Amino acid sequence: MTSKLRTENLHFYYGENHVLKNINMDIQSNRVTSLIGPSGCGKTTFLRNFNRMNDLIEGARTEGSIFLDDEDILSPNTDVVELRKKVGMVFQRPNPFPMSIYDNIAYGPRIHGKRSRKELDNIVESSLKAVGLWDEVKDRLKDSALGLSGGQQQRLCIARVLAVEPEVVLMDEPCSALDPISTMKVEELILALKEDYTIVVVTHNMQQAARISDYTAFFLNGELVEFGPTVEMFHAPKDKRTEDYITGRFG
Amino acid sequence: MSTPRQWFDKDLDELNQEILKMGGIIEEQIYDAVEALIRKDLDLAEKVIQRDDQVDELQEIIEDKSVRLVIQQQPIAKDLRTIFAGIKLVTDLERISDIAVNIARIAKKILKEEYVKPLIDIPRVAKIAQNIVRVALDAYVKRDVSMAESLVEMEEAIDHLYSQIFRELLVIMLENPKTVSQAMQLIMVARQLERIGDHSTNIGEMVVYLETGKRIKLND
Repeated sequence: MTSKLRTENLHFYYGENHVLKNINMDIQSNRVTSLIGPSGCGKTTFLRNFNRMNDLIEGARTEGSIFLDDEDILSPNTDVVELRKKVGMVFQRPNPFPMSIYDNIAYGPRIHGKRSRKELDNIVESSLKAVGLWDEVKDRLKDSALGLSGGQQQRLCIARVLAVEPEVVLMDEPCSALDPISTMKVEELILALKEDYTIVVVTHNMQQAARISDYTAFFLNGELVEFGPTVEMFHAPKDKRTEDYITGRFG
Repeated sequence: MSTPRQWFDKDLDELNQEILKMGGIIEEQIYDAVEALIRKDLDLAEKVIQRDDQVDELQEIIEDKSVRLVIQQQPIAKDLRTIFAGIKLVTDLERISDIAVNIARIAKKILKEEYVKPLIDIPRVAKIAQNIVRVALDAYVKRDVSMAESLVEMEEAIDHLYSQIFRELLVIMLENPKTVSQAMQLIMVARQLERIGDHSTNIGEMVVYLETGKRIKLND
């Protein structure tokens, strides 16, 4: 078992607001880790720290360390563009660019210097195949991505992340705007992707966390209350607060 | 206005009540079955046998309700353990009911005969058997782990008495082969009562599991 991401004494502040309090967590390579907890508990903030998305927020301050493999990504020397290539992100609502399906996928690789038509064709095909979208869209790659269904759009967004060959994929409630069939497809995809990627998912859906993740972390008021194998967590959580939350007694 | 969580708690509470109702019936069944044997009471034996249907029916109700709750609530953590333990528990309760019925049937068979010996140890083991069921159900009601663990000693006491009864009846059979038929029946009664101990420790194990999530053995 190797650790892919590791936080050490991680604190995060929005101005005066102490959002994450001393988080120490080891995220395993090629595993799915779910982050759960009530709204405002800090789980999305925690997720967004892994590719320094929080840098964009004014008044935000991070303390402690986050290691990707053995490199501290909070170090001033970190190339954030390179980091975001390695650590991709999928958002709550599908957010395809207002351009063709093809260009959505090719966008990232182009930014990272890939220009040859043949190479881009290959990337588009393999990324769409990886998310099970290829057969559905191969005859209309030039059509606007906005014409796809919500579920297809979300899988396109995942394909867009995969196109730049990341190592880690962060997902912020990736199914919350999807119907049950699309949700099932995305969940299947997550399970398939862990062969090649390390995946961290924020979810509000306990059953989803139970279905797809190997590890689950429960956050409350900015603290990491409990973190462990998902089956153990949903079978016999160690902390009363975890028990109360996952069985719907508060939140 | 109640919340979905409160409905769920109410359902779990009802499930609990059904289990206790079932437990109450089987406690009476054991008592009545042994009384029927001791007092040679045919009507009482019949009553024990008839109540088996009621127990089976309750078992079905509890199982159906549990399945419904799994579908509706997709329970996790302690909710899951409560329902899982409940399903296991009623299986043991149902077996104890069957045991009472078996004893009642034996009673029916031999109550017209003169007993080969005064029944002394069988009532003793029966008393502990009733007690162990009561304590197991109590531990379940109170979700009391140490009470559940205390079942081990009672189970051992039952085992000890069972082998004592077995040896005593063996001697009687050896001395007088005419007693074999009835003595065998009495050994079966004792053997049935001994099984109650095992089912009760199963219940105890489920109480520990329900409370802690840990699987332990109370009966080796």
